[in-house]
Amino acid sequence: MALDDASALVDFGSLLDDEERMVQQTVRSFVDKAVRPNIAAWFEEGVAPGELASELGGLGLFGMHLTGYGCAGTNAVSYGLACLELEAGDSGLRSFVSVQGSLAMYSIWRWGSGEQKQEWLPRLASGEAIGCFGLTEPDFGSNPAGMRTTARRDGSDWVLNGAKMWITNGSLADVATVWARTDEGIRGFLVPRGTPGFSAGDIHHKLSLRASATSELALQDVRLPASAMLPEGRGLSAPLSCLDEARFGIVWGAMGAARDCLNTALAYAGDRVQFDRPIAGFQLTQAKLADAAVELSKGLLLALHLGRLKDQGRLRPEQVSVGKLNNVREAIAIARVCRTVLGAAGITTEYPVLRHANNLESVLTYEGTAEVHQLAIGQALTGISAYR
Amino acid sequence: MHVVVCAKQIPDPANPGRLSPDTHTLVREGKLVLDDSDAYGVELGLQLAEATGGEVTLVSMAPHDETSGLRTALAMGAARAILVSDDALAGSDALSTAKVLAAAVRRAEPDLVLTATESTDGYTGTVPVQLAELLGMPSVSFAKRLAVKDGVVHADRQTEAGYDEVEVPLPAVVSVTAGVVEPRYPSFKGIMAAKNKPIERLGLSDLGIDPATVGLAGARQEVVSVVAAEARDAGEIVVDEGDAHERIVAFLEQLKVI
Ligand SMILES: Cc1cc2nc3c(=O)[nH]c(=O)nc-3n(C[C@H](O)[C@H](O)[C@H](O)COP(=O)(O)OP(=O)(O)OC[C@H]3O[C@@H](n4cnc5c(N)ncnc54)[C@H](O)[C@@H]3O)c2cc1C
Repeated sequence: MALDDASALVDFGSLLDDEERMVQQTVRSFVDKAVRPNIAAWFEEGVAPGELASELGGLGLFGMHLTGYGCAGTNAVSYGLACLELEAGDSGLRSFVSVQGSLAMYSIWRWGSGEQKQEWLPRLASGEAIGCFGLTEPDFGSNPAGMRTTARRDGSDWVLNGAKMWITNGSLADVATVWARTDEGIRGFLVPRGTPGFSAGDIHHKLSLRASATSELALQDVRLPASAMLPEGRGLSAPLSCLDEARFGIVWGAMGAARDCLNTALAYAGDRVQFDRPIAGFQLTQAKLADAAVELSKGLLLALHLGRLKDQGRLRPEQVSVGKLNNVREAIAIARVCRTVLGAAGITTEYPVLRHANNLESVLTYEGTAEVHQLAIGQALTGISAYR
Repeated sequence: MHVVVCAKQIPDPANPGRLSPDTHTLVREGKLVLDDSDAYGVELGLQLAEATGGEVTLVSMAPHDETSGLRTALAMGAARAILVSDDALAGSDALSTAKVLAAAVRRAEPDLVLTATESTDGYTGTVPVQLAELLGMPSVSFAKRLAVKDGVVHADRQTEAGYDEVEVPLPAVVSVTAGVVEPRYPSFKGIMAAKNKPIERLGLSDLGIDPATVGLAGARQEVVSVVAAEARDAGEIVVDEGDAHERIVAFLEQLKVI
C-alpha cells in the first residue's frame, strides 16, 4: 500500500498527545478549506492573507503559546504543529502568523508594560489588530547591532528617526514594534499606524513570499509619549529573544512546506505514466522520494525534540539555530527535488512545489540567514565568535 | 435550553481498518474520531444552546472508554459528555444502541435531542427514530433547517421532492442532515478547556440494562455475509455537439435527481 502522507513513514503522529493532534488537525482542515483553493491566486497576484486575520484569530492562532490577554496558552509543540500546517499551505501565511504572534505580540508580552499589554494584546490575539516588527534596516541585516534608527528624548517624549526594511506585515500593521538606538542602548517602541511622520510602503517585484506583505517603514521625527517605549527590554537581547520565538516556528513550518511538496510529488509520480509505467516505479524516482522522505522524517523529529525541550524550559538559542539551519536547508532541497519529479508541470502555480521552493528562499534568509546560524552553531561548538 | 447531542466515535475514515471475519462487523480498535456527520448536530446544538443560555451534553456509546472523538466535540464547546462503554456491548445492533443511548439520554433530562441521520461507519439510519420511540418523544427525521420557539421545534424536513415544514413540541428527537449548519473549528482555547470538562463514564449496570438484552447476546440482527461493492462503470462522457445541455438534463431526469 502506498502512503499518501510522507510524514506517516515514521509514524510521527504517534509521538503527539490528543490535544496536540487536535490542534494540528484543526489547522490542517482550516488550511485545506480556506487557503488551498485560493493560495495560487494570492501568490500570483501578490495578495497578503490580511483578510484571514479574524478567522485566524478566532481559531486562536495568534500568540497561541502565550498566556493571558485572550491567548490560548497551548504548549510549544502545538504552536509548532500549527506553524507546520500553516506553512504546508504557504510560507506567507505562516509568516503572517509568526510575525503577529512571535514577534509583535511576544515583544509586548515579554517586554511591555501592563498598560501596553492591556491595550494591544487582546486585539492582536483576536486579529482585530495587526502587528509588525521592525528590526532590519537597509544597511543592517545580519548585523542589527549597527542600526541607525534613533530615538531621542525630548522632555518626556521620544522622537524617532530612521528607516526599517523588509518588514513583514508592515503596511497592514495597526502597531509596529520598532527597535531604535537610544542613549541607554537599543530599545523597543510601539508605533501606532497613523502616527505623524510614520509611514509604510510595500516592496514589490518579489519572486518569493508573494502572498505576504513585505514593507519599508519610514520614521521622520515621529513623536511618541514616554508610554510608547517597551520598559522591560534593553539592548539587542530584547529583539533577539523575539526572533528566537519566531525561529522556533520556522523549524516546524519549513517541514510543512516540505511535506506538501513531497506529498504532491508522491501523488504525481503515482499517476504520471512514461515509458508505459508510472514514474513512481523507476528506481531513480524512488531514490528521490526516499531521500526526501528520510530528510522530512529527520526534520520532523528534530522539530519535535526542540519543542519538547522548549516545553521543559530548556531550549537554548544555538539549538534553535540547529533546527532552523537544518530544516529550512533540507526543505529547499526537498522542494527542488520534488519539482524535478513533476517535470514541466512543476513550474507553474497549478502545483505548490515551486511556490514553496521560492518561498523557502526568503525563509532561508530571514530570522537569521543560514550562514548566521552556522556562525551561532560554530560559536557554541568552539567557544569562539567568528562574527561579533 | 438543554440540548443532548448523540455523538458517535468512529474509526478514522482516513485509516478505516477492517471487518471482523467472524461477525462481519467493523473492528473498533485504536483511536476513534468524532463522526463528521455528528459535527453538524454538535454545531446546531451549540447554536441553539448559546441563543438561550443553555448547554450541550454529549451522549456516546463506544468501546474501551474511548474519548478522543468526544474531546473534539467538547473542544467545539459542549459542556460535558456521558460515555457508555461496556464489554458486553460489542456487536450491538442498531436497536441495542438505541436502548443504551435512550437510557443515557434520560439521565441528562434534555429539552431537545439531536442526532445525525446516519453514521458514517454503520449507515443503518434507524437509531434516531428508535431512540425517539424508546424515549416516548416525538421525532423529526432529516431536518435540514431547525428553529425552536416557545417550546416548539420548527423544522424543514428533507423529502425526495423538496421539504416539509413540520412542528413538534419539546422535548423531541431531531435527526439533522449534513450541511444543516457549518460546523465550527474547535478553537485552541476550546481545545485547552476540553481536557478539564467532565466525562461521566457509565457501564450497563449503571443504566440498569441487562447485558443479555444488548450486544451480540441480544442482537436481533445479524450480518450474514459481506461482499465487495461492484466496481463502478466508467461513466458516460457527453461530447458537446450543441445539444449537451439537453442530454445532461435528460440523464439527470432519468436518475430523478432533477
Ligand atoms: C520576505 C522577508 C521578510 C522579512 N521580514 C522581516 C521582518 O518582519 N522584520 C525584520 O526586522 N526583518 C525582516 N526581514 C529581514 C531579514 O531578517 C534580513 O533579510 C536578514 O536578517 C538578512 O539581512 P540582509 O538581507 O540585509 O542580508 P545581509 O546581512 O546583507 O547578508 C547578505 C549575505 O551575507 C552573509 N553574511 C552576512 N554577514 C556574514 C558573516 N559575518 N559571515 C558570513 N556571512 C555573512 C549573509 O548570510 C547573506 O548570505 C525579512 C526578510 C525577507 C526576505
